[in-house]
Amino acid sequence: MSISRILILIAAAILVSVPAFAPAYFLHLFIQILIWAFIYTAWSLMGRFGFVSFGHGAFMGLGAYIPALLWTFWGVTPWLGIPLAVAAAVLLAVIVGYPCFARRVVGHYFALVTLALSQVVLLSLVAARDVTGGSLGFTQKAVGHSWYALQFPEKSYFYFIALLLWLVGLLVWQRIDRGISREALEAIGEDEDAAAAVGIDVMYQKMRVTIISAALTALGGAIYGQYFMYLNPETVSGITVSLQIVFAAIAGGVYSMLGPSVGALLTLALTEGLRVWFGTEFIGAANTIYGILLVLCVIFLPQGVVGALQGIRLRRVPRAKSVGRISEA
Amino acid sequence: MDIYLIEAIINGILLGGVLALLALGLNLIFGVVDVVWISYADIVMCGMYAVYFLYAQYGIPLPFACLIGIAGSACLGIVVHKLIISPVLDSPPLNQLLATGGLLFFLQSFATLLFGTDFRNIGVRLPVLEIATMYVSFARLIAFGVALVGAVVLYFFLKKTYTGAAIRAIAQDREIVGLMGIDQRRVYLVVSAIGGALAGLAACLLALQYDVHPFIGNTFGPVIFMICVLGGLGNMLGGFFASFIISLIIAIGGYYSSTELSYVFAFSFFIVLMFIRPRGLFTP
Repeated sequence: MSISRILILIAAAILVSVPAFAPAYFLHLFIQILIWAFIYTAWSLMGRFGFVSFGHGAFMGLGAYIPALLWTFWGVTPWLGIPLAVAAAVLLAVIVGYPCFARRVVGHYFALVTLALSQVVLLSLVAARDVTGGSLGFTQKAVGHSWYALQFPEKSYFYFIALLLWLVGLLVWQRIDRGISREALEAIGEDEDAAAAVGIDVMYQKMRVTIISAALTALGGAIYGQYFMYLNPETVSGITVSLQIVFAAIAGGVYSMLGPSVGALLTLALTEGLRVWFGTEFIGAANTIYGILLVLCVIFLPQGVVGALQGIRLRRVPRAKSVGRISEA
Repeated sequence: MDIYLIEAIINGILLGGVLALLALGLNLIFGVVDVVWISYADIVMCGMYAVYFLYAQYGIPLPFACLIGIAGSACLGIVVHKLIISPVLDSPPLNQLLATGGLLFFLQSFATLLFGTDFRNIGVRLPVLEIATMYVSFARLIAFGVALVGAVVLYFFLKKTYTGAAIRAIAQDREIVGLMGIDQRRVYLVVSAIGGALAGLAACLLALQYDVHPFIGNTFGPVIFMICVLGGLGNMLGGFFASFIISLIIAIGGYYSSTELSYVFAFSFFIVLMFIRPRGLFTP
């Protein structure tokens, strides 16, 4: 048995036993970290190839709201609602993604089109205030412990759901990372025309990764909604969430499997730590420092924390791999 | 035609004036410095706070408060350029977008920290004009007029002065201008200051119509981007016309449904148009 395998086993043992010893507050943090790590990983599936979407807030919003609304107003079980939400996100991804790719909307323009998309979903949620409660937010109908409603007052249940979710995210990442698609997508990220010239089906590859990314983001949003029960358009969709996703993923590093998860861990630990440090008296102080760190991070650590660590340890991460270089094509 | 619809259209065109001013500033920066300031609307927010505090708290007469606000925004533009933009000038475009995105987080939360999340109004109540049984907001009329004057002044500055010529030269070919004895760094600073000043001017005009709060940038920031992209990033004339197209959609959509849905229409229109003309409406 190799050392890395033993390390993985130890890590797995720790992860599984967390609910046994962690106090409720930390368990709450872990659950959030896992859910966000999953969403950031889903974003990075696209982001690492230079398809920078500012629209993942849209998919997350759909994922969070659709099951919650279906359950509260029509009593539809989330077991049906979540697949519907994922299907809706995939549909949206196809409706916007296909013409985007067909018309070669790339780089800045892709980022801004997807930004508009996340605003469309945010404002639609606010506009439908009769159903969604608008900017005031919306609380799901609670029924206590129920598998049918996918609601558990005990945090440990959600911990394991989130853990499973996160592992699925890593698995998908690995499948794409090890498959032939990765080579194809990297080629597309570098130069679409050249990729097409060597026989890569540009449209198929881009659509495939976009659909996977959108579907997983919606799934993450759905679990987020099931866990928090309270939803607000501003916290699950729109420009703020989209930017949060992009930032955290890039802060962690989008080129390695655990990078986005490290991003989730770091950003949540930071915001939570700053929040506790400053208390509720100085509202905004935590995010102010967060903003400064983001700017510093982009200026000084463009490959992300994990990328920078790898660079120090292995000295083999080339500088050219800094984020977004490939999106210039 | 419905009189209220005409009223909505007129108010839409008037709003378009202020948006056009902001689109000009953003386009100028993009065309010359080649960086998209995603936090541009938050400079406007800072300007609005400046005007609010100078006028409503410290009792400085409104015209002076506005002038100080504009000067302050111009300085802020220079500071932003010095601290955030110049270190990433040679970075990939995406990193530049992210650096200014971090600035967006910073400005919004810093404003929250300093001023709280209260909505503040400078408390100037301008009359509503009644023209042929239609009501037109006087504040918007002033905003429209000032915005147009600002745009014309900018036009002549770019056309008639040496610095203006240097700015246009950089926008056309940034490789060559260095050989012509133009100091790029200095022009970048001038452009950032002008961009900041335009944001400050827009802030003065918007402060007359809207309450200021830390997240006001989020309400019209994305709209300005959309306008610039629709007009073709860096294409000032295109951005100018696109602002009126978008503000008309918002006004007419708002007349037939709700404010939020009118923005949904505008954003959807933008997305669809990007598919039809990916490089902007007015780019050949």
